[in-house]
Amino acid sequence: MGRKLLLEHINVPGINTLAVYREKGGYRAVEKALKTLTPDEVVEEVKKSGLRGRGGAGFPTGMKWSFLAKPEGVARYLVCNADESEPGTFKDRYLMTYIPHALIEGMIVASFALGAKTSYIYVRGEMMPQIRILEKAIAEAKAAGFLGKNILGTGYDLELYVQPGGGAYICGEETALLESLEGKRGNPRIKPPFPAIAGLYGCPTVVNNVESIAAVVPIINDGGDEYAKIGIGRSTGTKLISASGNLVKPGVYEIELGLPVEEFIYSDEYCGGIANGKRLKATVAGGSSVPILPANLTLKYANGEPRLMSYESLSEGGFATGTMLGSGGFIAFDEDQCIVRNTWNFSRFYHHESCGQCSPCREGTGWLEKVLHRLEYGHGKMSDIDLLVDVSKKIEGNTICPLGDAAAWPVASAIRHFRDEFEWHVKEPVKSLSSNYGLANYAVPIEKKVEEVKQDNL
Amino acid sequence: MSDLMKVTIDGITVEVAPGTSILNAARQIGGDIVPPAMCYYSKLEGSGGKCRTCIVKVSKGSEKDPRPMPKLVASCRTTVMDGMEVQNITSPEVLEARNGVVEMLLINHPLDCPICDQAGECDLQNLGYENGLQRTRYEFERRTFERIDIGDKIQLHMNRCILCYRCVFTADQITNKRVHGILNRGDHSEISTYIQTAVDNDFSGNVIDVCPVGALTDKTFRFKNRVWFTKPVDAHRNCDHEKCNGKVTLWYKGADVLRVTARKDQFGEVEEFICNTCRFEKKATSDWNIEQPTAIADTSVIASNHYDTFRPLPVIKENLALQEANKVELEKSTKF
Repeated sequence: MGRKLLLEHINVPGINTLAVYREKGGYRAVEKALKTLTPDEVVEEVKKSGLRGRGGAGFPTGMKWSFLAKPEGVARYLVCNADESEPGTFKDRYLMTYIPHALIEGMIVASFALGAKTSYIYVRGEMMPQIRILEKAIAEAKAAGFLGKNILGTGYDLELYVQPGGGAYICGEETALLESLEGKRGNPRIKPPFPAIAGLYGCPTVVNNVESIAAVVPIINDGGDEYAKIGIGRSTGTKLISASGNLVKPGVYEIELGLPVEEFIYSDEYCGGIANGKRLKATVAGGSSVPILPANLTLKYANGEPRLMSYESLSEGGFATGTMLGSGGFIAFDEDQCIVRNTWNFSRFYHHESCGQCSPCREGTGWLEKVLHRLEYGHGKMSDIDLLVDVSKKIEGNTICPLGDAAAWPVASAIRHFRDEFEWHVKEPVKSLSSNYGLANYAVPIEKKVEEVKQDNL
Repeated sequence: MSDLMKVTIDGITVEVAPGTSILNAARQIGGDIVPPAMCYYSKLEGSGGKCRTCIVKVSKGSEKDPRPMPKLVASCRTTVMDGMEVQNITSPEVLEARNGVVEMLLINHPLDCPICDQAGECDLQNLGYENGLQRTRYEFERRTFERIDIGDKIQLHMNRCILCYRCVFTADQITNKRVHGILNRGDHSEISTYIQTAVDNDFSGNVIDVCPVGALTDKTFRFKNRVWFTKPVDAHRNCDHEKCNGKVTLWYKGADVLRVTARKDQFGEVEEFICNTCRFEKKATSDWNIEQPTAIADTSVIASNHYDTFRPLPVIKENLALQEANKVELEKSTKF
């Protein structure tokens, strides 16, 4: 059994209420941090824990906190990014629905560490039930004296607000989120200045993912060093993975980073294998924006070593044979799924969600989608495949925010690994409408390369 | 050590004040190395960074931190550091990326230059000639919108818009009421006014001048004439509007003033914004004090009908060897 930190008490009835949450050791971190630690010590603990941002980029949280500018007489803000809307990622929604107090406890500790007197939770507009759950939890915490003026008699004041967004994926980009929070159109800002210098209302701001903030609670409870022992290498701690697709048991799982991918997919503790006795064809390991990988490269590196669920291991091999952990949206495709259709579906999403501010993404995402639509519906040409690669190259890296990259990577990687299937769609336009390309050689296990003994040395 | 920053762009070094953007440093050098800018406008705060045509490669970050920047950066919004080295036209990577951006800008542009009033003074047209492909790879229907009249003097033709946001910043910063912005997102975004309100204030006409394409046009000039048949002349009048100093360019056809615009500098930016009275109401020569013909670059299509760029000296016409040497110029001069 892997260790659980965030979801340890998830099955306790009534854990969404303050009373039960307290019974299970909740709000210990608030008491410990506010009464016995200074803000700098909290930041130091988080730094020691090696916690990396759980929203997708994997930037060390402690480092982000220490970059926050602290000018005299200027307010500082902590903003929680709960605008989770990437296809395949639903871990934050799960966390907010079932243990909202974990997030609120984390918000109090993190706000204390950063010296924020007002903090916001920016929730995606479509998550209406979660907004109500959070507001109810905040009211409970406030009544118990964990929020408001003079928390637990320590003299620290904090107000926590829940702000619903308008339901735009782009508002998950931190500067677009801040614009939206200020009541403006959610367009990403041009960086620099970074939010740590000039963020919300021009004041220094830290924007963190829900899971990163919730993870601060076990870090303070057990100490940063203890947290850093879990995991592997620079990927410390546990991570929520939202598994979906053709799995026996899709759902949200808390794993210790460093778990082999094969074990995650096939063991009964986690996903329990591929549904209906089919075989795995491909996976998207971290939400729709990370490169897609065929089954064989998902389980093993190109050199035959087993791949693990960690930031470094998943990106092993770079773009050629690797992917990324991203936000932990693990999507599995079985042998009957069409990669072309999936790529088109992702492109359609990015086309719909592009904010329209900078030209390569605004025009390019639409172009990609139209070409992929044509390929999927049997009107494609051989030259379209190279066109897609070329267009995705021209979007990637030339945009203000990472949405351009996120739109380009799935297309480029699908063509890199599944070119045969794209070509088959062009060659067999009629057949491709009624049947799928199948598994082909995408699951052929990669043999471990045997080191050749050099004869010269003998 | 002065507080000026030394920056090298395509091998040419210039010293600029701290806080200057790479684009403005390049403009101080001038010539071919100035990156094209479709959305940046030096007179509008917050503009730039959106069109991505001005991207450059920073091959050396600064004297202190010589690492190159990992991505191509928008030169209009990146400030220079001391000892920075920038590659613009000397980097094939930049040119390829820029060609890509121009292609993206053109895929939904109607390319109706033959009937567009902006043709001849259009930034996108110039950019397309310099960085575009000769054919399009885009085979789908282009997005279309209905034409909207915003006010009785300005027409918005959204099909041509490249969403540079310049007019939004103008309406926000130059005029006194904000009624003009962006609706929707992605490639369905459109410039519009709130519930099609007319833009009605003294400086609204400036959105026509800042528009780099033919999306916002002057209804008093629409389809009156091609810009290269008109003659620009600098003029001024004593305008009684407090914010307007009445310095304009008049565009003559014969004896008639067809339109009035603000004066533009060599980068296509207006020198000073003018009020709507000067722009739309005063269209008689008697309203104005004429100063001089406007200087138009030789390369501009507007210059081609009016100004001889080369008058051969008599000695060239008599000497055969010189005739041979100046063949191209002579041919050009006989064309005019």
